[in-house]
Amino acid sequence: MAGVTAIGTYVPRLRLLRTAIVEAHKWADPGLAAKARGARSMCNWDEDAITMAVEAARQVVDTCAPQALYLASTTAPFADRQNAGIVSTALNLPEDLATLDIGASQRAGTGALIQALAASGAYDSSLVIASDHRRTKAASPGELNYGDGAVAVVVGNDNTLLDCLATHTTSVDFIDHFRGAGEAFDYDWEERWIRDEGIARIIPPAVGRALDKAGIAAADVAHFIMPCTIRGGAAMVASQAGIPGDAVADNLAEHVGETGTAHPLMMLSARLPQISADEIVVVVGVGQGCDVLVLRAMPALAQHPHRATFAHACAHRVEEGNYQKFLAFNDLVTLERGMRAERDDYKTALTVNYRKRDMLTGLVGGRCSHCGTQQFPRTDVCVNPQCRATHTQQPQPFREARASILTWSADYLTYTADPPSHYGMISFAEGGRFMTDFTDVAVGEIDVGMPVRMVFRIKSFDRSRGFVRYFWKAVPERGEER
Amino acid sequence: MAAGIKDKVAILGMGCSKFGERWGCGAEELMVEAFDEAMADAGIDVSQLDAAWFSTHYEEINVGKGGLPLSTALRLPNIAVTRVENFCASGSEAFRGAVYAVASGAADIALAVGVEKLKDTGYGGLPGNLGGTLNPQWAANGSAPGNFAQLASAYRAKHGVNRDDLKRAIAHISVKSHDNGARNPKAHLRKPITEEQAINAPLIAEPLGLFDCCGVSDGAAAAIVTTPEIARSLGKEHIVSVKALQLALSNGSESGHNGWDGSYFHTTRIAAAKAYKEAGISKPREQVSMFECHDCFSITELVTMEDLQLSPQGGAITDVMDGFYDAEGAIPCQIDGGLKCFGHPIGASGIRMLYEMYLQLSDRAGERQLASPSIGMTHNLGGAPSSNVAAVCIVGAYD
Repeated sequence: MAGVTAIGTYVPRLRLLRTAIVEAHKWADPGLAAKARGARSMCNWDEDAITMAVEAARQVVDTCAPQALYLASTTAPFADRQNAGIVSTALNLPEDLATLDIGASQRAGTGALIQALAASGAYDSSLVIASDHRRTKAASPGELNYGDGAVAVVVGNDNTLLDCLATHTTSVDFIDHFRGAGEAFDYDWEERWIRDEGIARIIPPAVGRALDKAGIAAADVAHFIMPCTIRGGAAMVASQAGIPGDAVADNLAEHVGETGTAHPLMMLSARLPQISADEIVVVVGVGQGCDVLVLRAMPALAQHPHRATFAHACAHRVEEGNYQKFLAFNDLVTLERGMRAERDDYKTALTVNYRKRDMLTGLVGGRCSHCGTQQFPRTDVCVNPQCRATHTQQPQPFREARASILTWSADYLTYTADPPSHYGMISFAEGGRFMTDFTDVAVGEIDVGMPVRMVFRIKSFDRSRGFVRYFWKAVPERGEER
Repeated sequence: MAAGIKDKVAILGMGCSKFGERWGCGAEELMVEAFDEAMADAGIDVSQLDAAWFSTHYEEINVGKGGLPLSTALRLPNIAVTRVENFCASGSEAFRGAVYAVASGAADIALAVGVEKLKDTGYGGLPGNLGGTLNPQWAANGSAPGNFAQLASAYRAKHGVNRDDLKRAIAHISVKSHDNGARNPKAHLRKPITEEQAINAPLIAEPLGLFDCCGVSDGAAAAIVTTPEIARSLGKEHIVSVKALQLALSNGSESGHNGWDGSYFHTTRIAAAKAYKEAGISKPREQVSMFECHDCFSITELVTMEDLQLSPQGGAITDVMDGFYDAEGAIPCQIDGGLKCFGHPIGASGIRMLYEMYLQLSDRAGERQLASPSIGMTHNLGGAPSSNVAAVCIVGAYD
């Protein structure tokens, strides 16, 4: 039976304290004080839906040979350039691959998963990634409620962790919020109406129909996973559907926030350690109707390392108390970036970007077939001064290669959105080196000899043309990311 | 190895503009200022120039491409002018072109002019370079100080130097250059500083502070070269000749192959060894009277002292703190203030270094004149520690 064979989770390292948000806005809205609890995940300046998707997917991509890749997001950076294609290139997947972007609704993540399950007859293995980095207006409810994150799920027919017993989708043009094409922010309607007229009326019957299809009694559901930022919303649905109250999964508001299209899967990944073999799991994605998946936990889940994927994703979280940094990183305030920032305002040579796509997007270098020297980038002449063989280099992926810092500095002069700019030379243990940016580091944290790993990040923005440039950066190897 | 150019070319005249924030001047006026001094020193007419080489680095914010900016600014008599660019070593490259022209016999008298107008950008420091269409899509987000600062991290790790000791040594380097610059009327920065000021200055790029960075200056420098025989026939006395001129360029091994440890300049070591051989110098620490090195940052000067074989490896800090390179030391370094205080108009700097060596060897250095120097050396570096152009030139009295 088709089901989930692997699951990888990525949550950005930064956690914006809600007290910092509330402190900034309580002068205008004293009522916010009640929400000054916990923290929400927050992208670094160089993270977006694509970079998070890559980080989630690289945790599972080596477990499968996907024939299809679905990227679900309502915040993908490109409106017309397939975002899934960028992710697949970064993952070094072969070009004979079915790729598809799915968006325009908060249930795009569950929708993509349902489509992958439905196509399991055509594809032995599919990669479903949901990722969101939602921009919100300052002082809006979303600013407090939302978080950033991504989840990647592998769908296959063998060695499943969770079998899919049934799915059901209900489509209703219920507009709890919307974002017009080209608009920066959502427009939200009243929560009480959403709860009473939307959630309460639309979701319980859909859950019932899905359980009927699966032949499962509601009382036998052990885990009910439904994102909802309205207090008690998921419990209300469970109750109306006849699902036991203790099955309702935590919505992760305390440390993550609601991660958009990724959130049903994010909550599932967080719930995995509590799921035992043969238990029934219901996952709901909500948005203009709802998607419902009825899953059965398989014995393989008990010992599977991906049970801990959410804990690993959160293992190195860092609290951020500076709300101004959140505004800056999300382009919510008009900042003086200085004249040095004008350097990024250049036209990206798309010809070069295409010619070098495995290098720039895939971090693929070369390995000399004559002397064995690994090198980045791959060129026609071997870099080894004792070799210099020509046309001998075979593609060599560096994505998962371990490296250490040879030289570094923290630069306060050059423009970066998060000064100082940390960069330096890194040497790969198996050969190869290059000068690279470091990211997710604090002043005083790095030194010569420190082990690092590579992460896919935004290199710079071409704001004049709306282009985002991506490349790989080094982060300190903190362990337990995998 | 080729026979080389030792003593085949003499310096007939040199000139150098005042360096600094020359708000009232463009590159054209700066070129004229340096050229007029060089021509007066050479005592020739413009019609006697056979060819010219012209160095600038930034074309976008300066005078544009090609040799026309020089030929037009100086109204040269329709002679060949070649623009050269090799990062911060561009000035040495212009000099090399003129010297080679004379050494080959293709020209009797040749001109080299370097200029840079940096203060039309609207901000301090150097403008960023994209470096083509591929580089900006993957190169680290750096600046010159951040690239050179990385030497410090590797040097400390290699030699077991703690941060405070390194900061003190590089502070001493800057204090020395400020003392020297204060005695140079053409220098950009002419105020002495203390080690404490240097150590406590705002960080630019760890561990470099403000006073570890050279001046960003407008300026021009010019050299007129000929054969020693022609120089003598034109009445020149105390002839200064070129003893060696070597250039070494990185080939990507430092930046792409796991061999180099990040603490030194691979190219400088090669260029220096070749230059010493060409000049017939076997014991540089004893034979070099004085030198100008490419002190774009204090840490560059520190490791370069070792790369030029003047200090033993790992021994530069001791030499610096002992005053070995101070004005009164055994081998005065940056006696004119160096890039640090004379300033660093990029395309001019290599020629500016030679200007000071020429003045010293001609006993015309005024207040900063050293006692009887016989061999002067310049080291002019372009790029970054992991990928660069190193030029070493040795000049001395023509016997």
